Amino acid sequence: MESSTSQKLLVIQGLRAEVAGKEILKGVNLTINPGEVHALMGPNGSGKSTLSNVLSGHPRYRATKGRVVLQGRDILKLSPDERAKLGVFTAFQYPVEVTGVSLFNFLKTAYGSVKGKIDYSQFGKMVKSEAEKLRMSPNFLSRYLNEGFSGGEKKKAEILQMIVLSPKLVIMDETDSGLDIDALRVVSDGVNRARKSFNPGILLITHYFRILKYIRPDFVHVLIDGKIATEGGPQLANKLEESGYGWVRG
Amino acid sequence: MSKNKDLENLKSSYKLGFSVPEDYVFKSRKGLNQKVVEEISYIKNEPTWMRNFRLKSYQTFLKRQLPGWGGNLSEIDFGDIYYYLKPVEKESRNWEDLPPGIRETYDRIGVPEAEKKYLAGVKGQYESEVIYGSLMKSLSDKGVVFLGMDEGLKKYPDLVKEYFGTVVPPADNKFSALNSSVWSGGSFIYVPKGVKINLPLQAYFRINAANMGQFERTLIIADEDSFVHYVEGCSAPTYSTDSLHSAVVEIIVKRGARVRYTTIQNWSTNVYNLVTKRAKVAGDGVMEWVDFNGGSKLTMKYPSVYLMEPGAHGEILSLAFAGSGQHQDAGGKAVHVSPNTTSQIISKSVSLNGGRTSYRGLLQILPGAKGSRSKVVCDALILDSRSRSDTYPTMKIEESDVSVEHEATVSKVGEEQLFYLESRGIPEARAESLIVSGFVEPIVKQLPLEYAVELNRLIELQMEGSVG
Repeated sequence: MESSTSQKLLVIQGLRAEVAGKEILKGVNLTINPGEVHALMGPNGSGKSTLSNVLSGHPRYRATKGRVVLQGRDILKLSPDERAKLGVFTAFQYPVEVTGVSLFNFLKTAYGSVKGKIDYSQFGKMVKSEAEKLRMSPNFLSRYLNEGFSGGEKKKAEILQMIVLSPKLVIMDETDSGLDIDALRVVSDGVNRARKSFNPGILLITHYFRILKYIRPDFVHVLIDGKIATEGGPQLANKLEESGYGWVRG
Repeated sequence: MSKNKDLENLKSSYKLGFSVPEDYVFKSRKGLNQKVVEEISYIKNEPTWMRNFRLKSYQTFLKRQLPGWGGNLSEIDFGDIYYYLKPVEKESRNWEDLPPGIRETYDRIGVPEAEKKYLAGVKGQYESEVIYGSLMKSLSDKGVVFLGMDEGLKKYPDLVKEYFGTVVPPADNKFSALNSSVWSGGSFIYVPKGVKINLPLQAYFRINAANMGQFERTLIIADEDSFVHYVEGCSAPTYSTDSLHSAVVEIIVKRGARVRYTTIQNWSTNVYNLVTKRAKVAGDGVMEWVDFNGGSKLTMKYPSVYLMEPGAHGEILSLAFAGSGQHQDAGGKAVHVSPNTTSQIISKSVSLNGGRTSYRGLLQILPGAKGSRSKVVCDALILDSRSRSDTYPTMKIEESDVSVEHEATVSKVGEEQLFYLESRGIPEARAESLIVSGFVEPIVKQLPLEYAVELNRLIELQMEGSVG
């Protein structure tokens, strides 16, 4: 088991975490290999977003026990930017607005920080072309980061960042919430392009089943009260859709 | 980060905290009494009315209480301050004529260099007196007057007497009374009808001595349809004891004239900065205050516009930056006296490392000022949990046929924004400076390029000081 963790992309072992003194995660175990899509489902308040915040290193979330190992390295003590440099990316549920910093300038700074160097002419072309594929009008790149973006535009901007930074691990925190069917398709296409292009492992946190029709999960995990209550293959999602979470709780 | 380390960082990031030896023509004894006031007037050889103005103001100063609001003023020791320091015998027209220590000081600040590149005229005040002055000949030929306030009083006694103390009466507050009794230096500007000055006039105020009180007095008269942009900067050495800067600025904007007044306040963090600034604006006139407060221990300053006649417009852009040990209590006041007047107050503040910012503003629309419009927006960025920001907006709307917009956001988004940027691989220090420069960008982009560059540089220095 120990020796095999280094070949895995992400191994979460016995993870406990709290926010504001309250324990939310009560021993989570989860393993993701490169290229796999893991759907993480569960009722409100079960700890899904907490897991996402702990993985990305949000300062208000504190891991109290367990390990989070990315390609053989425990990342729990690392700062958010160090984790990003190792290839962790979270598409946030509520991306914050940052006045005065254009989306393009932000992408450029992030890319330079993660990759260490940057070929400006190539970079500009690549960003424009990816934005186009996400049906984002070019003026979004010069607009202030997320400021005045609609819900759907914010989510597209998250996916654009993900594609540009080409991380190893993608955490999607309810990216599908608040998207209409067209936007959902565009966003899902973006994720599937990323899979083809750089084969990340994906932790897909969602409430809904419709996104799983566009991004097919290899595994489905159900988080209830801070623990994985059950898990299985894609067919588990169908069962949940028909019967809800009641039967899992028992 | 420990408090001492904060202080060290602040000091190391504050590049203007040096001092040079004193070799002055006159230095008053410490402390303030009637004799000191008389002495100042005597040395300046003033007309009797000004001497009486000072003495009466001194009595007002004694009577008035310290304001019970704003920052902590209780630690100011009025007896431990030098009220008048005369560094040289007279104002120079050449930097080379100044004593080496003073000349080097202005060189290090970069004033002569800026003068060559983009200024129409310069005044340099050192301690209590204006020690250097210049004005483009093309402007003096057109009748533009740019003098030290003392020289202005000598050369244009009638004009000074007509306006001095009419916009900010001595009894306005304790510190305007103090300034009115011991004022020295400052600028006197007259722009004739229809004259538009394209390049800015700049004054630079420098404190060098410890326990110094600097009380400059500025009067700007912009005659009908004229335009002037006046810029002031300031700095002081970093001492363990406190200094006091308490200025009064009065501006007369006549019909159709426009005055822009930009302040880049960069006092060391042992300076109390308690300033009263006010403009009276006539019909179709425009007054613009651009007020940056980055330095000082405590600043209390609320540039004001009094919109006296229809069509008058006032704008206040206030930008405050408070680091460790600093309190910036800043904002603005707009008073609509006449119908169809318009105003806008935009305030942005950043607090970090335990610093504190307060927005304090007044919007008053007097009865009968129908059709007046005003917009007030204040926005605070708090970068960490040790820092603080408060908003004290006052609205006195005494007329119903008006349009008033008010938005106030005091947000701790700083921490969430930092996390967001860091989660994309951007290191903390870089993320902080991106957020802060982005936050102030809407204000900075309204400034002329040279000042935008200067402001960004100051902000970067502040940020440098903040990284442990």
